[in-house]
Amino acid sequence: MATQVFVLIPHAAGKADDAALELLSAARAMFPGVTPTALVLGAGADQTAVAQEAAAAYPEVWGFSQEVLAYPNAELIRPLLLKILPAGAVVLLPHSTLGIDLGPGLSVKLGAAYLPDVVGFDGIDGSLLKVVRQEFSGQVSAHVQADIVKGAVITVRSGAFQPAQPGPAAGTVVDKSAEAAGLTARRRFVEVVQAEAGDVDITREDVLVAVGRGIGEQDNLSLVDELAEAMGATVCCSRPIVDAKWLDKGRQVGTSGATVKPKVYLALGISGAFQHLGGLKGSPFVVAVNKNPKAPIFQAAQVGVVGDLMELLPELTQQIQKAR
Amino acid sequence: MEILVCVKRVPDSAENEINVAAGGADICREDLVYAVNEWDNYAVEEAIQIVEREGGSVTVVALGDAEIEESVRREMAMGAEQGLMLVDAGFAGSDGLGVATILKAAAQKKRYDLILTGAQAEDGAAQVGGMLAALLDHPYASLVNKVDVNGQTLRIGREIEGGSQELSDIDLPCVLSIQTGINEPRYVGLRGIRKVASVEIPVLNGADLGVDLASVGKAAAKVRRVDYFVPVVSAGAEMLTGSTKEVAAQLVELLKAKGGLN
Ligand SMILES: Cc1cc2nc3c(=O)[nH]c(=O)nc-3n(C[C@H](O)[C@H](O)[C@H](O)COP(=O)(O)OP(=O)(O)OC[C@H]3O[C@@H](n4cnc5c(N)ncnc54)[C@H](O)[C@@H]3O)c2cc1C
Repeated sequence: MATQVFVLIPHAAGKADDAALELLSAARAMFPGVTPTALVLGAGADQTAVAQEAAAAYPEVWGFSQEVLAYPNAELIRPLLLKILPAGAVVLLPHSTLGIDLGPGLSVKLGAAYLPDVVGFDGIDGSLLKVVRQEFSGQVSAHVQADIVKGAVITVRSGAFQPAQPGPAAGTVVDKSAEAAGLTARRRFVEVVQAEAGDVDITREDVLVAVGRGIGEQDNLSLVDELAEAMGATVCCSRPIVDAKWLDKGRQVGTSGATVKPKVYLALGISGAFQHLGGLKGSPFVVAVNKNPKAPIFQAAQVGVVGDLMELLPELTQQIQKAR
Repeated sequence: MEILVCVKRVPDSAENEINVAAGGADICREDLVYAVNEWDNYAVEEAIQIVEREGGSVTVVALGDAEIEESVRREMAMGAEQGLMLVDAGFAGSDGLGVATILKAAAQKKRYDLILTGAQAEDGAAQVGGMLAALLDHPYASLVNKVDVNGQTLRIGREIEGGSQELSDIDLPCVLSIQTGINEPRYVGLRGIRKVASVEIPVLNGADLGVDLASVGKAAAKVRRVDYFVPVVSAGAEMLTGSTKEVAAQLVELLKAKGGLN
């Protein structure tokens, strides 16, 4: 199938995101023999720098530099892509907060199939593309097939594809800024408010006790505090604990929270959603306790216990206190 | 402000152990506990709070089989005045675009200023809100964690990586997908559910909505699930077994060895 493949390069502060090379791998895996084109949208020196960086890996880069593109507003990017993409194009985006914002509407406007949060590739047969997705917070996987004869918008999960090796020769940057002139949107970017720093800095701790929704009730958090105190560890958590306002946002681990690099991570009643695991770096020794033997957290752990926190936590705390 | 909130009835993935049925055609559905999709509760709560401040009314809409009535009533019990059920055998097997096409028809039955969805559901696709906006040609914002009304525009916050908040102004009418944590969804007790038990909820089918059944449902789906499977994983965790005492003792040794006791 003669397909043109485009990759939107995510970037911030004049540097391409890690996703730029992962998306190149994904494009090469799904469409071997097709040379993907990188799209670099932005403004000023930042845009120029990212376009040059992208050209080290992609043979062809289309650059769009306009003041309004300085911050990535999906409502501006969507009409621009509609204008510049050829019929039947395949577009790869990261499954990031930008990809989630841009992708679904783009697929509708292009008349293309939408394949969100893809974690693997399973073959292409004519215009039928088969990919792997996860459902139910990763408890099961699914093969999903799409007819891409009219193109596709594919968002790719971070970490699902190994970063590609940059090509041997530098690519060329084609300046297409003029095509991005005069863009307007009914959603106007104002500013970014940085997340507040919490009372502790969990990103600096070596031993973390992480608590998730499996703890059940706010009162039960005292069991976790007691264990952490016995261990000399710091308490952190998954997102539902912050949503419920049981702990500060500063203690949340994950893509919309902090990225931690501990030596030991004790995951208590956490299912192991990819947005949570996305904040756990540096290959720590992970111990998971969960009542569900199917919980995806066990795939990310070195040691697992299938059991009830309410029984295990008091016993564990007591034994640690005795061991000291 | 007239607000439409789209909600979905889903197997509660925190409560259920999800298993693949023989052959992978589906998951085992027999003993599943169903609930309203977590994100949707935040969307309904936000709609109710906006109407409490600005006036207007909230309509909750769901798509599915007769079972969705329970979900719609639960959300109405939170304080939504009206419900709407979209039920037609021809809707079954719709992909994201099919669902958005049906919801678009429902959204055009009346003039809604604001349409809310949850940011994502149990399949993690996070797609229907954005598709609905595109079909309606409304502006869209996903992962919204703040909404302030300023006349004909909203000042909204989107949650972005690292938990930072991206502020924008968006014109009405628009579609927003709501992220958890934006509010604290109110508790729904039995009394609340009883109060709305006799409220009539219109049920609309494809013909009532003017939806061409050839454009939705399984046959029209561009994107199809071929099968479910459990991935073959390499290592996985070493599982500790024994009584609670024995397991705890093993954990103490492991934590000591790995520097887990400071
Ligand atoms: C854009 C976006 C960003 C997100 N960012 C983040 C993020 O930064 N961090 C984050 O954590 N999440 C994030 N999420 C949410 C994420 O998708 C999951 O919903 C969340 O991580 C689930 O938290 P959990 O594992 O604590 O809860 P659940 O998934 O509900 O899991 C609870 C677990 O506890 C177990 N359990 C229950 N009772 C017991 C018991 N008595 N004993 C032992 N085990 C028990 C259950 O078997 C289950 O596995 C984000 C989502 C989106 C859409």
